[in-house]
Amino acid sequence: MLNSMIALLNTTLRMATPLILAALGGVFTERSGVINIALEGIMLISAFMAMAGSYLTGNPWLGVLTAIIFGILVSLIHAILSISLKADQIVSGTAINIFATGLTAFLLRVMFESAGQSPSVTDVGTWTIPIINDIPIIGDVLGEQIPFVYIALILVAISYWVLFKTPFGLRIRAVGEHPAAADSVGINVIKTRYIAVLISGFFAGLAGASISIGLLDVFVENMTSGRGFIALAAMIFGRWTPQGALLAALLFGFADALQMLAQSIGLDFIPRQFLLMLPYVLTILALTGVIGSSEPPAASGEPYEKE
Amino acid sequence: MSNQNSLAVDMQGITKRFPGVLANDNVDFQLKRGEIHALLGENGAGKSTLMKCLYGLYQADEGDIFIYGDKVKINTPNVAINKGIGMVHQHFMLVQPFTVAENIVLGSEPTKNNMIDMKKAIQDVEKLSEQYGLNVDPRAKIHEISVGMQQRVEILKTLYRGADILILDEPTAVLTPQEVHELIEIMESLTNEGKSIIFITHKLKEVKSIADRVTVIRRGKSIDVVDTADATTNELANMMVGREVILEVEKSAAEPGEVILEVENVHADNDRNLPALNGTSFQVKRGEIFGIAGVDGNGQSELAEVMTGLRKLKSGKIMINGKNITNYSTRDIIESGVSHIPEDRQKRGLVLDFSLFENMILGSHYKPPYASGVNMNYSSIKKESKRLIKEFDIRTPNEEVLAKSLSGGNQQKVILAREFNRNPELLIAAQPTRGVDVGAIEFIHKRLVEQRDAGKAVLLISLELDEILSLSDRIAVIYEGKIVDILDIKDATEEKLGLMMAGAESETVVEGGE
Ligand SMILES: Nc1ncnc2c1ncn2[C@@H]1O[C@H](COP(=O)(O)OP(=O)(O)OP(=O)(O)O)[C@@H](O)[C@H]1O
Ligand SMILES: [Mg+2]
Repeated sequence: MLNSMIALLNTTLRMATPLILAALGGVFTERSGVINIALEGIMLISAFMAMAGSYLTGNPWLGVLTAIIFGILVSLIHAILSISLKADQIVSGTAINIFATGLTAFLLRVMFESAGQSPSVTDVGTWTIPIINDIPIIGDVLGEQIPFVYIALILVAISYWVLFKTPFGLRIRAVGEHPAAADSVGINVIKTRYIAVLISGFFAGLAGASISIGLLDVFVENMTSGRGFIALAAMIFGRWTPQGALLAALLFGFADALQMLAQSIGLDFIPRQFLLMLPYVLTILALTGVIGSSEPPAASGEPYEKE
Repeated sequence: MSNQNSLAVDMQGITKRFPGVLANDNVDFQLKRGEIHALLGENGAGKSTLMKCLYGLYQADEGDIFIYGDKVKINTPNVAINKGIGMVHQHFMLVQPFTVAENIVLGSEPTKNNMIDMKKAIQDVEKLSEQYGLNVDPRAKIHEISVGMQQRVEILKTLYRGADILILDEPTAVLTPQEVHELIEIMESLTNEGKSIIFITHKLKEVKSIADRVTVIRRGKSIDVVDTADATTNELANMMVGREVILEVEKSAAEPGEVILEVENVHADNDRNLPALNGTSFQVKRGEIFGIAGVDGNGQSELAEVMTGLRKLKSGKIMINGKNITNYSTRDIIESGVSHIPEDRQKRGLVLDFSLFENMILGSHYKPPYASGVNMNYSSIKKESKRLIKEFDIRTPNEEVLAKSLSGGNQQKVILAREFNRNPELLIAAQPTRGVDVGAIEFIHKRLVEQRDAGKAVLLISLELDEILSLSDRIAVIYEGKIVDILDIKDATEEKLGLMMAGAESETVVEGGE
């Protein structure tokens, strides 16, 4: 029993990691007033690029770097479309998502002449954290994990610090709430939004890599399977804060882990579909104010037009 | 301040065009060091535009700007801020969920180890606030403080950045008389410190009481610069509008008819779920203008909202023409013959991103001639809009522009045009002349009186005691959500109303006076 509890928590952390990373990206872009539903597509492209990078160089960390670079590049497309060209942000995001599905399926065929799945590549392995690993129970959960788990947890702290303790964070939030006010005190609204969207690309890039060469060691067609959207749900449920997004992602990861555990030991008193539904149900409840109130940044989704 | 030039600001030949509008046409403007200089002009004359050019929010198409004698190209607010210019905007520029201190330091944050030094920010704000007697709480969130306080935050924003040239764009339009009084004291203490102030207002009394000089702008051109002492308010009004303006309302005695509106023991909460109306009762008759006087925040806003279906009653009854309309939907209330000029034009009055012609018919958009069946009839909508633009003298290139591109006062006129055009049995007018120029005030007051003389009823809610006294036939004083007393105009004086607005019963007022 204790063992399956530990396994459950261990899996929760692993499954939550891509969500945490992508949700952090979501927090940055939405706080600046740009909706980025392209997180899903960016993650998918980055998952592919991480695999490809590792495959071509044999070094998984170069794979991670490739993923981040592509994450930033694709988010740059979203930034140009939605900030400079003032395209509808949902449309731009949707276009990128569709593009990502097609592009990765196409590249998979070109590179490996196989549909569906890449050969397996070197993954990033796991890290063992010395002292923590020796603590009973906690050590079993946290002591040895894929590197992305630790990276994600550290990035939550850094993101909190940036957003709520630094001038840059205050400016991002101001630009997302009242861009004209930010402009009137000399803040460059366009530049601030670009940086925020590129940061979200960085996070989505890491999130993508954490799936293909962290959780697994292959790229599978469409392997993000909606995680980008669940991450957005975690961001909303976490009220647009890094720490809230972390907790929400852990909760969603827990639902995922529970579902996997129930399946592996043949428990079926809760249909797994219900567990899979949990993130969405909770998010809807959060949005409708049943669980506390959550209000998005006031200028979210509105392009800024200087008169 | 190395240069000892006596002019703080010298704008020469400023021209600024918008599509279809020449907003500033070769305007000259000079601000002397240490003076309070009023900028006067009709709605849409180009005052805000000229100031936005000075602050770097707009770029003038032609003309030069000199600050303390140095020619400067001000293409962003940053340049203006560095030159010591600060601006308090007509529509506030505050981030609602932020604290006062965060708003003030935004963009120029004090830091320690790469972090915002919030402690220092709060101390700095407290120090400045004390120095100028502003009394703001740096830790409060913007949405928790009153409009008057928000304005002080705007002023602090400029002072924090070290501004010594301040632009105040209609700072008094949204303030209560008491707050105006306090603002004037603040402005005086600022000029005593050697700061120079540009002050935009439509209230000639304020100009007379505080400004050293006045520049008058009409239709984008600077018309004249005078010493305030040398001009009467009437002369100023005439300069602005270019014709004789009658500042006093001319009206005959009212001939009230039967009761049209009955408000009975109404209770309602405000947005923070605290009681705002505590048993409000009164009646309004046909053929009268019924004024509601009171200090801001005593339930006036909520009263207008419950009568127009925008807020739920907890208990009580509202009848129009003998029909019980309590908690009716807004559309049903409009159908019962009620029009409403809301107090906040941008929040309740207009869809800023809609064109003028769309805004002109909101609320009647589903009825002929504006709609036939499910189709909108745009040709008749536009025709009607054109007519209203002319009738209400709305300064706009055409009826197609977005409402947000109009000047503040012209936005107000769009709402007036729409609401009068419904030809209502009862017109609820909340702050109907907020931010409009003297010429427009004259026109609006005339229309309100005409409405009354046509046997319709007008319920006037205003924070301006002058307006209440000059228009109303009967005056109700509201205090803490209750009507303290209702006076006939012939019994009402400013002093009496003032005391009652502070909560005194009329009998005690009379006794006190004896
Ligand atoms: N961003 C804009 N786009 C298009 N036209 C504009 C814009 N800003 C102002 N205008 C036009 O320029 C003219 C001057 O407007 P401005 O706001 O300067 O007037 P104002 O003197 O401040 O009037 P008010 O007293 O009503 O505030 C108006 O006709 C207005 O419609
Ligand atoms: Mg203006």
